[in-house]
Amino acid sequence: METVTQALQGVPLNHYILLSAIIFTIGVIGVLIRRNAIIIFMSVELMLNAVNLLLTAFSVHHNDASGQVFVFFIMALAAAEVAVGLAIIVMIFRNTSSTDINVLNKLKW
Amino acid sequence: MSALITLSVLAIVVLYLGLFKAKNALLPVTLVGLAVVLGLAVREWNSNAAPIYSSMMLFDNFAVAFTAICVFSTMLILLISKDYFERISEHVAEYYAIILFALTGILVMVSYHNLSMLFIGIEIMSVSLYILAGIRKKSYSSNEAALKYFLMGAFSTGFLLFGITLLYGATGSFDIAVIKNYVISNPTHISPLFYSGLLLLIVGLCFKVGVAPFHFWAPDVYEGSPSLISVFMMTVVKTAGFAAFLRIFLFCFAPLHDFWMMPLMVITILTLFIGNISALYQHSFKRMLAFSSVSHAGYMLFAIVALGSASINAVILYATAYSVASIIAFAVLILVKRQMGSDNYESFNGLGRKNPFMAFALTVAMLSLAGIPLTAGFIGKFMMFSSALSEYHVSLVVLAVINAVIGIFYYLRVVVSMYFKDSDQHVVQSTPIFSFVLAFSAIVTIVLGVYPGLISNLF
Repeated sequence: METVTQALQGVPLNHYILLSAIIFTIGVIGVLIRRNAIIIFMSVELMLNAVNLLLTAFSVHHNDASGQVFVFFIMALAAAEVAVGLAIIVMIFRNTSSTDINVLNKLKW
Repeated sequence: MSALITLSVLAIVVLYLGLFKAKNALLPVTLVGLAVVLGLAVREWNSNAAPIYSSMMLFDNFAVAFTAICVFSTMLILLISKDYFERISEHVAEYYAIILFALTGILVMVSYHNLSMLFIGIEIMSVSLYILAGIRKKSYSSNEAALKYFLMGAFSTGFLLFGITLLYGATGSFDIAVIKNYVISNPTHISPLFYSGLLLLIVGLCFKVGVAPFHFWAPDVYEGSPSLISVFMMTVVKTAGFAAFLRIFLFCFAPLHDFWMMPLMVITILTLFIGNISALYQHSFKRMLAFSSVSHAGYMLFAIVALGSASINAVILYATAYSVASIIAFAVLILVKRQMGSDNYESFNGLGRKNPFMAFALTVAMLSLAGIPLTAGFIGKFMMFSSALSEYHVSLVVLAVINAVIGIFYYLRVVVSMYFKDSDQHVVQSTPIFSFVLAFSAIVTIVLGVYPGLISNLF
């Protein structure tokens, strides 16, 4: 375990920050340009996982466990969100037979 | 802290009441439970609170005050829920339980002392609200509101989390006391990670409270959700969002005022103009209230732009005034919509002659929202503007006053239809509980307008 931690600390922190920022940006772009609710949802998960990766990297860097505990919180709450979110998408699919967000245009001015 | 535990237990008790088909007991049990929560919270006022649970939470006066406002507004909203949920579905207990769970999240949000608790509080609240927004399973607009709220909420959570992570990377802790020490002890060498984290945190929180340019979900969600849920989201949730926003800024980021003031000022001005000008063009009363809630979020941001010791008082007074006025507006809207089947301005024609009391209460609410003197809304705006003036943001106040004038136009439109237009509609039936809520909220609005000292000097 010690050697793993040391090997991880060998990778400079900047690389993690850059990688996470890139993954996060891919997630953001996915949310903004895709029209399918499920794919938007997947992009949101990508954003959350970029955060998880960065948190663990910082946690190792600071030698502080609280960052990794936070990752567990994020995973647990993301799971709760998935449960509710998929239920909402199924409810919409039952009414409109589609998961394309363009059919949702009843509310606008 | 016993308030938080009581509230969580209460929500589970209400779920079990639903399981045992004790439908008539639901509302009384919920209200009595909330009254107990309110009492327990107020008892901790001035108790010199110290951080508890490994410094995860801090139930100080700030938390007590916002808990009291949120619990109190929820009680008023639940009072008008009599006969409301029964029209939507047979399983009523779930709605009460989910509202109580959302309120639990709100209590965590206003009393956090660690950024992980901020995140958990926001998520407990948001996940409950996604369900509540979509409780009309067969209605397209409710479906759409739920999906929009869910996608935008999850999206903004991503920004919030990335911001928290970068703050953690810079400071090495989630504890806001440690972050505060970091800011104070390195006035010149603050890491760029910290600044980017702060900006992302602002974006995330702005999404949650619905200020421009992150407001686009708000009008749709507020219009599409069932009215009772909309009023809960517009009042209690917005108050809690600002409490969370204010808490971290007041505690940690005040020394970095020069850095974040400019972006927040631009956001405030954008919010005021977009909210007010869009509200002018609405035909539906409910959608007008939705846009007006965006513009009120802009006024509440004043307290953060002009951060100071008076900010807490200003937000408390403003949030109370705005909440009671919105509750009146929605109570009348629910009754009128039940009778007329539409929430356009025309549905309110002739209400002044047929239901003078209801029309009077709605007039008081509209005057308070518009900020006319002798109502609580005026005092709220006055405190916001004077705190901004004391920080020499003169141009900001001038723009805000222009917006307040625009606001008067659309708020008085419904008053004009009530008193000066005629229609052959029947009397809108009110129930004693509705009348009580209307009368009580109108009295609170006027009393706070005349004696603002009752709650404006708490801090």
